[in-house]
Amino acid sequence: MNTAPGAVDFLVGVALVLVVAAATAAALTRDPVRQSVVLSVLGVCLTLLFLLVQAPDVALSQLAVGSAITPLLILLTVRKVRRRPRAGAGHGDGAAKRERGSGR
Amino acid sequence: MSRRVRSTVFALAAAVFAVFFAVTCTELPHFGTADHPYGSRSVAAAVRQHTANVVSSVNFDQRALDTLGEESILFGAVLGAVVLLRRARDEDRAEPEPRPVLPSTLLLGAGLLPVTVLVGGYVVAHGQLSPGGGFQGGVILATGLHLAYVAADYRVLRRIRPLAVFAALDAVGAGAFTLLGFAGLLAGGAFLENVLPLGTFNQVSSGGLVPLVNAAVGVEVASGVIMLVAQFLDQAVEIDEPAAGGRRGGGAGSNR
Repeated sequence: MNTAPGAVDFLVGVALVLVVAAATAAALTRDPVRQSVVLSVLGVCLTLLFLLVQAPDVALSQLAVGSAITPLLILLTVRKVRRRPRAGAGHGDGAAKRERGSGR
Repeated sequence: MSRRVRSTVFALAAAVFAVFFAVTCTELPHFGTADHPYGSRSVAAAVRQHTANVVSSVNFDQRALDTLGEESILFGAVLGAVVLLRRARDEDRAEPEPRPVLPSTLLLGAGLLPVTVLVGGYVVAHGQLSPGGGFQGGVILATGLHLAYVAADYRVLRRIRPLAVFAALDAVGAGAFTLLGFAGLLAGGAFLENVLPLGTFNQVSSGGLVPLVNAAVGVEVASGVIMLVAQFLDQAVEIDEPAAGGRRGGGAGSNR
């Protein structure tokens, strides 16, 4: 790389801070739907970090799997679980579910 | 085993692991030095094998057997998901109803779908030259196809994604990797040995076996991820569990 090593170190540091912030946010988010979105952001931050430490192959995998496929599978699972007809469960659940369904 | 015995066993094992792990870490090569024994050898080997992307050379040539194992894991995982998420005998299928889509979403999705599929194909085909390869390109291909679901609806996705074809392609891709390995044996070398002509460095047709294995992995990963997402989509959109009351109308109405 032609860039000064100090500049690269600084960028890696910034990416690390972003990853720590996004990972903490993902751990602190309780609602799985919101969590999958935060997880997607974490995936992008990790992609940035991998790119800066010169691992573009891993960065591509991380971008495709971590920020697209995994959140998608989580959202679909949440949708399935919330759809489950529960005997005696109120109608308020149904309304909430429809709201979530559009957020995928 | 009581809770206390379990905790004690765990604490003992964790302590032993911590000690040996710490001792091992002191023997590791230092981080960020100029001395990379494995790196310099694999780069030299990649250049010898006319593969411009060293990572691809390691994955699909020097350590191809490891990658074969990884592909088998993915294949097994997809197979497991398909078996677990198939429609049970007491579950019903409800035809999802289409819902209106924003014109901007439709335009963006319809415009991005061919571009994404093209990028995925490019990444698979250029795995031996530039970052990426069968795995990354395969996931991009599979993701791109699902833009049809975002932009239009589930029935459009079902039409452009014949599951039987992709199930067969998944198996073909996984099998092709192993068969390519046997090509090395037939030519008198070792399993997965790169026996093909190596071509010109930094050309698409270089690296010998690497682009072929890449293509096999690309087909397998793309079909595998499509199958995986299809099972989840099927469960989330189409399959209705036996309802206690008349929930059918509401359940189907929430699908697009």
